[in-house]
Amino acid sequence: MVDDNMTLTKTNTAKVKAVEPDFDDEDTTPPIKPGKEREPLRARIEDFSFFYADGFQAIKNVDMPILDRKVTAIIGPSGCGKSTLLRSLNRMHDLYPGNRYEGRVILEPEGENLIGPESDPVIVRLRVGMVFQKPNPFPKTIYENVAAGLRVRGIKKRSMIDEAVENALRRAAIWDEVKDKLNGSAYDLSGGQQQRLCIARGLAPNPEILLLDEPTSALDPIATAKVEDLVQELSESVTIVIVTHNMQQAARVSHRTAFMYMGEMMEFGETQTIFTNPKHPRTENYITGRYG
Amino acid sequence: MAVTTDGPMGAASKTNQEAFDAVSRAQKKDILFATGGLIVMAIAMTLLLTLIGDLVIRGAGRISADFMTSYPSRLPQRAGILSAWVGTLYVMVVTAFLAIPIGVAAGLYLEEYAKKGWLSNFIEINVSNLAGVPSIVYGLLALGLFVYGFNLGKTILVAGMTLALLILPIVIVSTREAVRSIPKIIKEGAYGLGADQWQVMWNYVIPAARPGILTGAIVGLSRAIGETAPIITIGALTFIAFLPPPPVTGDFPFLSFAWLNEGFTVLPIQMFNWTSRPQADFHTIAATTGVVLIALTFSLNGIAIWIRYRLRKGYRN
Repeated sequence: MVDDNMTLTKTNTAKVKAVEPDFDDEDTTPPIKPGKEREPLRARIEDFSFFYADGFQAIKNVDMPILDRKVTAIIGPSGCGKSTLLRSLNRMHDLYPGNRYEGRVILEPEGENLIGPESDPVIVRLRVGMVFQKPNPFPKTIYENVAAGLRVRGIKKRSMIDEAVENALRRAAIWDEVKDKLNGSAYDLSGGQQQRLCIARGLAPNPEILLLDEPTSALDPIATAKVEDLVQELSESVTIVIVTHNMQQAARVSHRTAFMYMGEMMEFGETQTIFTNPKHPRTENYITGRYG
Repeated sequence: MAVTTDGPMGAASKTNQEAFDAVSRAQKKDILFATGGLIVMAIAMTLLLTLIGDLVIRGAGRISADFMTSYPSRLPQRAGILSAWVGTLYVMVVTAFLAIPIGVAAGLYLEEYAKKGWLSNFIEINVSNLAGVPSIVYGLLALGLFVYGFNLGKTILVAGMTLALLILPIVIVSTREAVRSIPKIIKEGAYGLGADQWQVMWNYVIPAARPGILTGAIVGLSRAIGETAPIITIGALTFIAFLPPPPVTGDFPFLSFAWLNEGFTVLPIQMFNWTSRPQADFHTIAATTGVVLIALTFSLNGIAIWIRYRLRKGYRN
């Protein structure tokens, strides 16, 4: 019941935004479709739309490439659908009845459609990991938190789990801080450490893509800087898609940036181009701080 | 708001005075309410303590090993409650074995698996309503269905089944509430790792809900332990001078379920039976039985509190 309400509230906020934009402009420039990418792709989002159970269309015909082992940032004002898009990539919307996807999310190189009827949301989530806005460690030990993704996959061999846990904690740059208290509660860590632990938890099973949903919005500046450094380091080994409210963050960590507005992807391109030479007037308005 | 009017200074200070008056009126109301509440609570507690105290003063003197290990007798000096407390124990075991698994499974299903819609709402309302149905109604149902319909007889099994039905709604409702109180982000975190519904339920939902589920189960059992009406309705015996066969035997397979089909009595019935006798001595041992029953109920509740405390603590670490 609570879950249903949460979805509803979310939808409603989006609706309010859609009906009454909180700024005055009548720009009707159509979205600029992303150009052809020369670099290798990990996934392609094609003509993707998403509808909440009450029929509200939160995402409208989005096309977006996701580069292999690069950071792709999604920015845009509140309620623009950026988190909704991210959550679609690992089928989180399937947890609540009535939500509907249209279009394709093709995972490369196999060409499997992640949102197609033949693909199982549980399998999709095994391949595409997610880190949430608020740190959400499980009420277990630090070790068990990181091992959770492996246990879900039925891995029982202790030596294998030990190795994967250490490896993930090292990759998430938190090993030195927790190596002496692996059997302590994850709740005893600070907020920033908890979030890096959640990143380690997402990394442990070696996902093909790691989704980060505003991972620093609940963190202080120092913890934020640590997570940003981490994201950049990780992009050498894993494909990352990050949603952020913070434009500077997108500019700092990402290789590609997508700007979303009211469910549409207005512009997509190299991060530097988007921030220095945006082509869509709405992108320009947003990055120059005229709304957001 | 009222304090920061743009009017002349005089008006502003007047509004200030009004605001202060409003605050002091509110404080007086607080004091009045707190005093009233304290008095009402004192009355309730005094009544309760008087009742228990009276029972203990009248009955505690008779508590002895003899009393616990003797069968009832027509002589109050020689009467004991052996068959009654053993009967209570057996019936509680049956009740727990039926009500807890069924109730927990039903609660988990309704909360986690069932499609939300008018049907699940209808079931939810009815389960909550069932918790308020008078226990005698369950007794009548059991008499008609189990005793006569299925011809199971007036046995420990039937008593356990009846009490299990009675506390099932309590177990279901408390399971659902425990499951519902698990933060959504924990469940989404588990699903986000690729856990399927069974893994999420088994590894995340049930451990987190366990304190709430167990508390509900024990609250249910401590209600069942004192129930008299439905047990009398199905026709429990009031005078029993034998014990059901023990569940553990010396021969293979070492377990025996013959006790399920025995006649029985339970503590509240024994107590009820003795209070209706004319002799004052029987009233005394009825009070003694009451003390034993209250002690049992309190210890069950104590166990519930302890389990809740231990699990909450253990779960954090």
